[in-house]
Amino acid sequence: MENTTDKIAAVIGASHAGVNVAFNLRKEGWLGTILLFDTDPALPYHRPPLSKTYITNKDSEAQHALKPMVSYKKEGIELKLGISVNKIDPKTKQFTYGEGHIQNYDVLVLATGAKPFIPNIPGLEQAKNILPLRSLAHVRHIKKALEQRQQKRVVVIGGGYIGLEIAASLLKLGAKVTILEREARLLARVASPELSNFFSDLHQKNGINIKTKTTAASITMVEGTQYVHGDDGNAYASDLVVLGCGIQVNTALAQEAGLDVENGIKVDAQCKTRDKSIYAIGDCTLHHNPHYDRFVRLESVQNAVDQSKVAAAAICGKDIRYDSIPWFWSDQYDCKLQLVGLHDGYDEALVRHEAKNSFSIWYFNQEELLAVAAVNHTKAYVLGTKLIRNRQKIDKTKLADISLDLKLAIS
Amino acid sequence: MVKITFITQENETITVEGNSGSIMELAVNNTIKGIDGDCGGVCSCATCHVHVAPEYMEVVGPPSEIENDMLELDDNVTEYSRLSCQIPLKETLDGIVLKVAN
Repeated sequence: MENTTDKIAAVIGASHAGVNVAFNLRKEGWLGTILLFDTDPALPYHRPPLSKTYITNKDSEAQHALKPMVSYKKEGIELKLGISVNKIDPKTKQFTYGEGHIQNYDVLVLATGAKPFIPNIPGLEQAKNILPLRSLAHVRHIKKALEQRQQKRVVVIGGGYIGLEIAASLLKLGAKVTILEREARLLARVASPELSNFFSDLHQKNGINIKTKTTAASITMVEGTQYVHGDDGNAYASDLVVLGCGIQVNTALAQEAGLDVENGIKVDAQCKTRDKSIYAIGDCTLHHNPHYDRFVRLESVQNAVDQSKVAAAAICGKDIRYDSIPWFWSDQYDCKLQLVGLHDGYDEALVRHEAKNSFSIWYFNQEELLAVAAVNHTKAYVLGTKLIRNRQKIDKTKLADISLDLKLAIS
Repeated sequence: MVKITFITQENETITVEGNSGSIMELAVNNTIKGIDGDCGGVCSCATCHVHVAPEYMEVVGPPSEIENDMLELDDNVTEYSRLSCQIPLKETLDGIVLKVAN
């Protein structure tokens, strides 16, 4: 590696990907300056608990910090929090931030993530206590809004993972929750119908009112009560509205800098963009997954962490290539969902019921195992991970035979 | 305060103190190398793997079923393996020694 003592690595975005790349740069031997920018003023934190234990427990905010302040000091990582980067000029290797400040860089890492998609619903702008969930500030607001209201009627717009997790968490705090989902089933974009059905039953059994094929048409205030009007003709009274309508990738900086942007910032196997001094990692990237041999954009901790390792190593001159099997998790009520692989393009979903509320779904494309979704069955998740990684052939008849222990069924 | 000693892969011995949270959180807050805790402590990522020094295994106790399954993701698993996010700090653990597995 060339001498980096006098070089500057700047990272834009200090969530899971950005923080990890900063620390990994040090691990890989970067000696120069490391700057870490984010518009969020809070010490960088874990995002997955925001919709889960953060809401339900009285956890301290420090408990969810990705790293304690002392670690940044120890590793010489300079935090630039509460500051927005305005424009990157790849020609001069400079960017502007805050009120007209200019920063030079030798290497730039974009870990800009995504922002919540805010649907265009008439009345939304004037509405009270309506917000998405992506940041610590959102959670603080949601908790406060709920505490202040005697009637805790909540409408969640969007039945994806965030919407479902927040619904389960708010229910635990005594809220009466209705989920409005535009599609015919929950998790329509991210899960198979088998999994959607399970979660639909789970939430209904716990007392959540689920309205699928229902779009929020408008929001009005009538005599002090706020209503979300569904296109099903019903009006849902709401003391709090949570928007779980997906995200919009933060690509504006990359686009203005002339980088390739499609459904995300396009990067190669080393997380490098078309500009050799600019890398991109995490939720904001469109990258090639070698195992599935296609371009994907993933919203996950796994991808943020793995790309941060690849980018840091590549920046420090190592010959490394991204080659991960994606994995995800979601916790709702007492159910732990663990997913490995990408199920898109499956032609068969084989379900194994192990016990009440414990099952796994095995997604195949012909003979190839693409993905496994396991609910309260970590063994299936772990074995599935190994089978997918090794592209191991599986006897589907045996796998479907529930009288066989899972380990035997796949041997 | 409960004292916990970590031995890293580079054979560095570091003793730290804490009184709440999990052993993983204690390790992350004290920048113990090899303990990442990527999932934030919900037994979903297996990046906080430790080997309990054999003489302390009884006081630490065995892994749960989920934890045991997750440990199988790691090649370096032994009968003394635990995921440190699943070990809450408590008085009885005072003085134990943990070897970072990765």
